Amino acid sequence: MTEIMPHQNAIDCQNLWKIFGARADEALVAAKNGEVDKDEALKRFSCVIGVADASFSVAEGEILCIMGLSGSGKSTIIRHVNRLIEPTDGQILIEGRDVMGLNPKELRQLRARKIGMVFQHMALWPHKSIADNVAFGLEVQKTPKGQQRAAAESALEKVGLGGWSDRYPDQLSGGMQQRVGLARAMAADPDILLMDEPFSALDPLIRKDLQDEFLKLSREVKKTTLFITHDLDEAMKMGDRIAIMKDGRIDQTGTPESIVLRPETDYVSRFVSSISTLKYISASEIMTPGKAKSGAPEFGASTPLPVLLAAFTEGAEELAITDGETHLGRISSTDILQAVQTDLKRV
Amino acid sequence: MDPLLNPFDYFTVPFGAWAEAGLDYVVSVSRPTLLAAKVPVQAFLEFVQDALRATPPTIGIAVIVVLGYLLSGWRLALTGLVCLTLIGLMGAWQAAMTTLSIVIAAVVICVVIGLPLGVLAARSDRFFKYLRPLLDLMQTIPSFVYLVPVVMLFGIGDTPGVIVTCFFAVTPLIRLTNLGIRGVREDLVEAARAFGASETRILIGTQLPLARATILAGLNQTVLLSLSMAVVASMISVAGLGRMVLEGIGRLDFGSATVGGIGIVLTAIVVDRYVQALGAATPRDRAGG
Repeated sequence: MTEIMPHQNAIDCQNLWKIFGARADEALVAAKNGEVDKDEALKRFSCVIGVADASFSVAEGEILCIMGLSGSGKSTIIRHVNRLIEPTDGQILIEGRDVMGLNPKELRQLRARKIGMVFQHMALWPHKSIADNVAFGLEVQKTPKGQQRAAAESALEKVGLGGWSDRYPDQLSGGMQQRVGLARAMAADPDILLMDEPFSALDPLIRKDLQDEFLKLSREVKKTTLFITHDLDEAMKMGDRIAIMKDGRIDQTGTPESIVLRPETDYVSRFVSSISTLKYISASEIMTPGKAKSGAPEFGASTPLPVLLAAFTEGAEELAITDGETHLGRISSTDILQAVQTDLKRV
Repeated sequence: MDPLLNPFDYFTVPFGAWAEAGLDYVVSVSRPTLLAAKVPVQAFLEFVQDALRATPPTIGIAVIVVLGYLLSGWRLALTGLVCLTLIGLMGAWQAAMTTLSIVIAAVVICVVIGLPLGVLAARSDRFFKYLRPLLDLMQTIPSFVYLVPVVMLFGIGDTPGVIVTCFFAVTPLIRLTNLGIRGVREDLVEAARAFGASETRILIGTQLPLARATILAGLNQTVLLSLSMAVVASMISVAGLGRMVLEGIGRLDFGSATVGGIGIVLTAIVVDRYVQALGAATPRDRAGG
């Protein structure tokens, strides 16, 4: 295997602060010194702390889910990436370039070519046809008409809406409208997708369809994605990594497994307590030292619990955990049952 | 005891004299500027007036019928045909065209001034804060009260008539433009910004089209107020249907006053219906959606 070159992150957000209010500067200093929290800032400076010292990065092609309840600042954070909101303090780098250093024209180019955005309530323009909606980013960049049309149609094709170009948004169902929203975000073939709770306004079944399709599409086109959601299940499903926000702060960032198995704060552990850990437990976490009986089926240390469980239901009495050559430990049916029991207790 | 109970018999403030002195001062200072401002209005009004007066009634009616059909359909075309024919049959054609030209000139000027002001008000809370009391004031002043300062500042005749009509009629357009743009869904504006549209483009391509229905409701108000003011303005010697009514009353000529009055109603019907049709017809409707 070749060594992957250490590459730049697609999005780098460092110590981002956003404070709303006339006295934001004073509030910022006080908040940075730890003198005021969210409530105090509101009382003393009549300022609302939207984002507090948030840092995160998204690698090229990665999907980072920012999860938090309403008012946690997640929608504010995502709007800093394409500078729809100006930060009070901190830095946002897109492929190493500081977005705050861009002039208005460069910023418009960045928004039109580099970043596509999908909105919670679709935000399709009702006075434009589907094709014109999708091609908008290209149109503002004065791409030739023919190219616009071609790009719009191919983007619509990708989301399964080929042939709907000349309809209008109000002729489409909610799910179809959000597909158009997705097509619009991808029409200019941007490297980065910003998705602000894209599926939360949809019916559960349609939401699931769109999640699956987006994941499939995402694997094909490999776009760096910042995905906002208030739904932990959605975050677990969509994210390569998850950042959990509370009161403008990022409490914990990590893979879905690490968030569920090793919550770092009370808030996160309360949050993930409703999620079953069983899917994320691997052999190394429940094995006991010692050698398994000869003839026991062998598995790697990272094998997930459902696979181990299947081996037992197929008749195995004991499993040997190895790294190919060396023996690491063994798992009996009791170990499995204990893991299940622990999980049931915590839910 | 008497002065305490009836103080106003003994002491009054000469407010009338102050107002007169104030206005005299304003007139002496600003008259040249105001007369210069009058020139383009006059030129535009004369252009519209000449065009309407020079058009033979048959052609005028034909144009209205075709326009009505294109905008909405046969019903509108028929309304235009009937109303204009009645006006012509009553012998009020020339007067109606004069009134109409004042209304058209005033409405065009209202749009040129009112639309940008409405846009500005929608974009700046601060500007709207200062503009709002002014708009309230302009809307509460009765129409003929406007006549006094306008006569003093601009004199009498058709051009001051257009100016006073503009003052009276522009408010709803400003208000509803402001309201319409503020009412555009925030995420639709944000989406346009997120895909790289400039502020000008957002205004022209997103906000104004989406506020269209509200703005056109304001325009409709402005048109109808213009018509009513163009009639009241006959008091400062503005020609047209209003003068027929005013002179009819003055000479106790009931026939002339009635013809003028009915002419005003018929003109109002045509103007209102056509402007409303303009508001209802969107490109999509016409495409047959």
